[in-house]
Amino acid sequence: MKLINLDVLAAEATNDTARTLTISLFVVFVILTLGITIWASRQTKSAADFYAGGRSFSGFQNGMAIGGDYMSAASFLGIAGIIALSGYDGFLYSIGFLVAWLVALLLVAELLRNSGKYTMADVLAFRMRQKPVRTAAAVSTITVSIFYLLAQMVGAGALVALLLGIKPGATFLGMDADAAKQLTIVLVGVLMIVYVTIGGMKGTTYVQIVKAFLLMTGALVMTIMVFAAFKFNLSSLLGNAADASGKGEAFLQPGLRYGVESADALKTLWSKLDLLSLGIALVLGTAGLPHILIRFYTVPTAKAARKSVLWAIGIIGVFYLMTLALGFGAAALVGSANITAQDKAGNTAAPQLAQALGERYLGGETGGSILLAVIAAVAFATILAVVAGLTLASSSSLAHDFYANVIKSGQASERQEVNVARISAFGIGAVSIVLAIFAQSLNVAFLVALAFAVAASANLPAILYSLFWKNFNTSGAVWAIYGGLITAVGLVILSPVVSGAPTAMFPNADFDIFPLSNPGLVSIPVGFFCGWLGTVIGRDKADPAKFAELEVRSITGAGAH
Amino acid sequence: MSTDTPDNSRYVAVQATDEFAGLRKSLRNFIFPMTVAFFLWYALYVILCAYARDFMAIKVIGHVNVALIFGLLQFVTTFLIAWFYSRYANQRLDPIADRIRAELEGPEDAK
Repeated sequence: MKLINLDVLAAEATNDTARTLTISLFVVFVILTLGITIWASRQTKSAADFYAGGRSFSGFQNGMAIGGDYMSAASFLGIAGIIALSGYDGFLYSIGFLVAWLVALLLVAELLRNSGKYTMADVLAFRMRQKPVRTAAAVSTITVSIFYLLAQMVGAGALVALLLGIKPGATFLGMDADAAKQLTIVLVGVLMIVYVTIGGMKGTTYVQIVKAFLLMTGALVMTIMVFAAFKFNLSSLLGNAADASGKGEAFLQPGLRYGVESADALKTLWSKLDLLSLGIALVLGTAGLPHILIRFYTVPTAKAARKSVLWAIGIIGVFYLMTLALGFGAAALVGSANITAQDKAGNTAAPQLAQALGERYLGGETGGSILLAVIAAVAFATILAVVAGLTLASSSSLAHDFYANVIKSGQASERQEVNVARISAFGIGAVSIVLAIFAQSLNVAFLVALAFAVAASANLPAILYSLFWKNFNTSGAVWAIYGGLITAVGLVILSPVVSGAPTAMFPNADFDIFPLSNPGLVSIPVGFFCGWLGTVIGRDKADPAKFAELEVRSITGAGAH
Repeated sequence: MSTDTPDNSRYVAVQATDEFAGLRKSLRNFIFPMTVAFFLWYALYVILCAYARDFMAIKVIGHVNVALIFGLLQFVTTFLIAWFYSRYANQRLDPIADRIRAELEGPEDAK
């Protein structure tokens, strides 16, 4: 990696050691998790086992699994990379992603656990007409999950070439970088299908727990090493990072990447509004992410759901604090020139930092290769676990919401439903593999932010109104979901991330009439407004007795599944 | 599922009791103001990041500036609110919720 500057032969040898070790460790992880998956499949008999892991996990286990689902490669590699290159602004993500958990803790987790069964739509459709609401919820669940899934899979493809050090023009096992990318996407896709179809929620949850443990351990070891390098002096770490960045104190302040100030007043205005838009989407999106919501069903009671969110807040909070050390550590010890030489977006900052730390503390180049390999394998494990969670969420919704309750009008047997869920996981996995291969040359980094924006604009209004607003009715729910979804996706299509800018998905086209890259500032209020408007003008009136049932059940846990 | 229990009169009756109304009030009196509070506190942070760059740039100790301290405070308040809510729910909400639930489910259909 950074050894490009050193003796070429030594670099090649080190890269080979690191590669072999990365692949070996990754194979160990895959074998271990496949073993768990097969073991879990023997215990998966009922629909509750498949969708909700038998509701048998403890608060701590589910808290770890939530961490595993939530701390994606985007947060591990992405945030560390943004901090390493743009300094303080990367920290904004960490804060938004963490504070967001308070929405889940206070307003959603326990009430959802008490009143739902397998999916988000169980709560949304509780007192509504089943078919329209469940259809809308399934559309939104699958949209959010596929966006997120694509971002992870394309990211995995790009990463493997970088982490295995396959440069353009070079080959590895006879593959060039493009072939290696495609093979990785297919491999990740096949593994996630296997985890979900065989292991169901139980297998997927254990995969998340193992991954969360590995990620936390890896990040902790690196954080301690970074601090040791600066004699456990935070100010010295920050000062060195600022010096090495070449941007001075500005590196430690907001504004290098988001809310950039320029001579053009209008541009500055949009840039600052974009920062606010990102901030609001991050904090409101989490509690509307379907793959996170279904995790609350894996514990036996609302109290256990609360405990799992508390553990998740602890684990995720500590992790995001560590990203600060990793990011600034990479800036100080690796340097932005070395990082951008490897990857312009900075996604390899964390692995490069691992190599630098290994060289420093674990005995020269071999140590560097070992730590690099470990962290690269952890990054792959991270991607695998997250895509499995997303596949499970979307196939659950397709089977439970769309097949069982819309097509079969609630008359499907448990067995049929689970079979359809397995087939759906296969189908969604296959579609994602194909889409990811086609999308791999596009800039899809915005897809995670878009997933959060849709979750906050479409799902969150529908969930909150369902739980707390007596008059909320079927048309309100349908309007909120489609209104928020269409606005968020539509605005992104019309924004500079899709066209008009040099970094856009289609840089040569020009239909960017909406100036913000994140739609949240507009689409979230629109989602809430649509929910209200649909309720007011809709013909079907809310049933007070149904609301009484939902309210009593959600708050007390009576009749919970 | 709601469709499994066409008879929701028991729930309507419970909803009308003072005990349930009190529980709902205790819950809402905590979660709504707390949500508004942490959201405004977070919004203040994001707005300062966007519009108060000079303030955020003030150095406090060495290279540690106001922006970093503000960011770390968001972590602290998140942990504190989570801990505070869990204590409140354990002491003030769970006992009443459990009692109402036990009354509703009764000994015969305890699952």
